[in-house]
Amino acid sequence: MKKILLVFILNIFLFNKSFALIEIDITRGNLDPLPIAVSPLYVDIKSENYEGIKIKELGEDISKIIEDNFKSTGLFNPLKKEAFVQKPDIAHLKPRFEDWRLIKAQALVTGKLLVINGKLKVEFRLWDLAAAKEMTALAFTTTPSNWRRVAHIISDKIYERLTGEEGYFDTRIIYVAESGPKEQRVKKLAIMDQDGANTKYLTLGNELVLTPRFNPTNQMVTYMSYFRNMPRVYLLDIETGTQEVVGNFPGMTFAPRFSPDGKKIVMSFAKDGNSDIYTMDIDSRVVERITNHSSIDTSPSFSPDGKFIAFNSDRSGLQQIYVMRSDGSGVKRITFGNGIYGTPVWSPRGDLIAFTKMRKGRFYIGVMRTDGSGERLLTENYYQEAPSWSPNGRVLVFYRETKSGSKGEGFTAKLWSIDITGYNERRLKTETDASDPSWSSLLSK
Amino acid sequence: MIFNKNLKNILLVIFATLILSACSTAKKSGNADGDVYTGKETVEYLASGVPDRVFFATNKSSLTTAARETLRKQATYLRKNKNLNVTIEGHADERGTREYNLALGERRANAARDYLMTYGISGNRIAVISYGKEKPVNPAGTPLAWSQNRRSVTVKVN
Repeated sequence: MKKILLVFILNIFLFNKSFALIEIDITRGNLDPLPIAVSPLYVDIKSENYEGIKIKELGEDISKIIEDNFKSTGLFNPLKKEAFVQKPDIAHLKPRFEDWRLIKAQALVTGKLLVINGKLKVEFRLWDLAAAKEMTALAFTTTPSNWRRVAHIISDKIYERLTGEEGYFDTRIIYVAESGPKEQRVKKLAIMDQDGANTKYLTLGNELVLTPRFNPTNQMVTYMSYFRNMPRVYLLDIETGTQEVVGNFPGMTFAPRFSPDGKKIVMSFAKDGNSDIYTMDIDSRVVERITNHSSIDTSPSFSPDGKFIAFNSDRSGLQQIYVMRSDGSGVKRITFGNGIYGTPVWSPRGDLIAFTKMRKGRFYIGVMRTDGSGERLLTENYYQEAPSWSPNGRVLVFYRETKSGSKGEGFTAKLWSIDITGYNERRLKTETDASDPSWSSLLSK
Repeated sequence: MIFNKNLKNILLVIFATLILSACSTAKKSGNADGDVYTGKETVEYLASGVPDRVFFATNKSSLTTAARETLRKQATYLRKNKNLNVTIEGHADERGTREYNLALGERRANAARDYLMTYGISGNRIAVISYGKEKPVNPAGTPLAWSQNRRSVTVKVN
């Protein structure tokens, strides 16, 4: 894949944090989303043409992406543009606050852009309409082909200003694109923007691939492949396209994830009917055995401080979730509820573990504290698993399969997301059927 | 008093029902087959009278009586065909998480391999591979299909 050149010159030219202005509480399900007006960005008439981009529509297009991002959070209610009371350029200079309040908007986003000398210059402002104040403003310059990312970065800045939390719009999701009948499923690694745009396929589908996961800088992916019918964990450099087997194991390796510093891969190695957890240091190639138990130990996930690993094991009979220190000592079972537990994934904030629970033929995605207390089941369905966290720890993406009929018909696999409040369950747009999602960290961090 | 007596009767009935249902559950689980598939559909043959696959109970990798019988036939066949090598493919149904199912398929394939080895087949002749839930033989979303998919299949490699 092409290296994505990213030079954002951020310069904050005004940052007004004097009063407590509008705020959104995202710790509970928001049943009363904030009405926000996103004005189309004004396109400076001095703008020059740029290959492959419709400059005249760019202001409208960027505002549409911002609106879609806001809508997807469930925390905002972007208002219809027909009701807008001021032209984009005028509003951007100084909105008539009382007019915008009339259409029940509480916040207003305005902006303008200029494409000149092969560069895209964008600025935006966020206005608190009740307080009649500018809340934040930002200008940056990038290459015009990055225009979608510009929209995501603006969305992140506004989300951060209004919620006090880091945003998650300038991110990507890597997943397994699926097609074909269930018995002969073709699977490819695919990557897309968080909103479903810019899908790219990283493998051709000649061999079965599973469970891709990003490293902390989003440049590398670890995944499992059946290349040459040898199921092994691989490491893929997204920019160069080079891939290599991880370690030299005489059998199947699977369920890989990176350590939070990106230096190690933790995974399972299966031999003689027994699966244990191992790590491999990527630079030195040193392999360490972490668990040594006659049961199945798999789906390991590091805590964000790197000190602990959560995993699932059937050492008690059926799958349950355990936590240990990252050297394998101090193994402690944390799930004791009714049901089978799998796929623990540590929140990037460190406070929660997301998991899959199976009970009475139904599948749940839930979260619990890292000692197993405070279990909350967020969503129930026929089949769903493999949660992955948004970088701010507020949203989970997972995949869900439908029950097929007596001849296998009607089977689908799709990506879904849900807030950890249990609200705002929604399906993610993908070009094909999809499974095994992994959410990147913020790209522009 | 009358109320008490009635209550007592009801309790007795409940008690009896519990014993009866306990018996019927015991009977079911006492049957080694559990939810193991015992039919012939989907089964292929390495040679006449030598089935290629054995079936497992949900989340289990223990070999049933029928599975052992099949594997003994495979062992006999492999002893007669000394130059033949095989791969045992381990599979799981779709009702479990993907990663656990990969491990479970590996455990099932190895259970079959170990049994063949106790009947004198060299481990060098038997490779294993797990496909987890990735290659169902029956794509239906039914308990019957799931039972057919919980399997290990012995495949000739030469």
